[in-house]
Amino acid sequence: MRALRLGLFLAGAAGLAGLLAWAFVDLPAFGEGRSVYASVVDRVALPERKAPNAVTTVVFDVRGLDTLLEEAILFAAAAGVAMLLRDAHEGETAARRDAVRSDAVRALGMLLAPFALVLGLYTIAHGHLTPGGGFQGGVVVAAAVVLVYVAGRGDAFDRIAPTSAWDAVEGAGVGAFVVVGLCGLTAGGQYLENVFPLGVRGALAAAGTIPVLSWSAGIAVAAAFVLLFREFLDQLRDEES
Amino acid sequence: MTLLPFLLAAWLFLVGLYGVVTSRNLVHLVVCLSVAQSSTYVLLLVVGYRRAATAPIFKDLPVGTRTVDPVVQALTLTDVVVAVAVSALLLALALQAQKRHGTLDPDELAEVRG
Repeated sequence: MRALRLGLFLAGAAGLAGLLAWAFVDLPAFGEGRSVYASVVDRVALPERKAPNAVTTVVFDVRGLDTLLEEAILFAAAAGVAMLLRDAHEGETAARRDAVRSDAVRALGMLLAPFALVLGLYTIAHGHLTPGGGFQGGVVVAAAVVLVYVAGRGDAFDRIAPTSAWDAVEGAGVGAFVVVGLCGLTAGGQYLENVFPLGVRGALAAAGTIPVLSWSAGIAVAAAFVLLFREFLDQLRDEES
Repeated sequence: MTLLPFLLAAWLFLVGLYGVVTSRNLVHLVVCLSVAQSSTYVLLLVVGYRRAATAPIFKDLPVGTRTVDPVVQALTLTDVVVAVAVSALLLALALQAQKRHGTLDPDELAEVRG
């Protein structure tokens, strides 16, 4: 059975490798490839959107609808993981077993968390100016929260910030993205059109909808990752019982 | 050797698929799938690479400076997020398989009924 499967794979892989190599030969040469869209975005990002970062301009402005659907994928994945793992521990009588028991590690984790949090918020806020944006910064913010969750006492964390609160935050992030998109329609434009005031270049509040969408994506991503990590870390509870 | 970066992407994809096909552990399988997915990041960035060009961030650059393709970089960002979502969902499924059937071997799971 395994031999048959491997044989089938090797035959298919050899064919695929041949087709890929054939396709690559006709692609633009390495080091010169560049789409027409790239030139357009480069010319539009700063002069017409006041956003120096062309990548963020693509993510939150030119391809805003794709980003909304991408957030929906992350939202669905977080919901799917919760559905698969949450029902596993009924009643939740067993106390969560903290993975970290050393006071030194706890103190170090608590010490690092605020720095990670500030770095994450900085990355979200400056997404349209320097490398960064809602997705990258959101993950760093989630890392800061998870650091507190892992290094601190999980049960105390759950009382202060229960899963339902993170569910609400994630939903609010995705919802804000949808509402900003609707603002484009109410202003007589298209969905997710950049209709907010553009401001001056280099300012944190410039570039119209881009920083607003970046923040909403950052909030949604941070909450989604906290939920994902929490669901997996929560499995430690079952091992004990 | 301008074909080499493209072939690297093809190699990553095929070696990842090989791992998926021959895997004996679902967690290992998810990691192999991540390797196969990472080939798409390499391919996208290779397609947008330009020699003697800089990052497409015009904070201190005049508009019209030679930069790499920002569109494929944004696509890669989307790609990474989707890959994470897929990995998380598959790992949750692997956890459920271990809990319900006591094994992570795909071949043994194929024999499990109900």
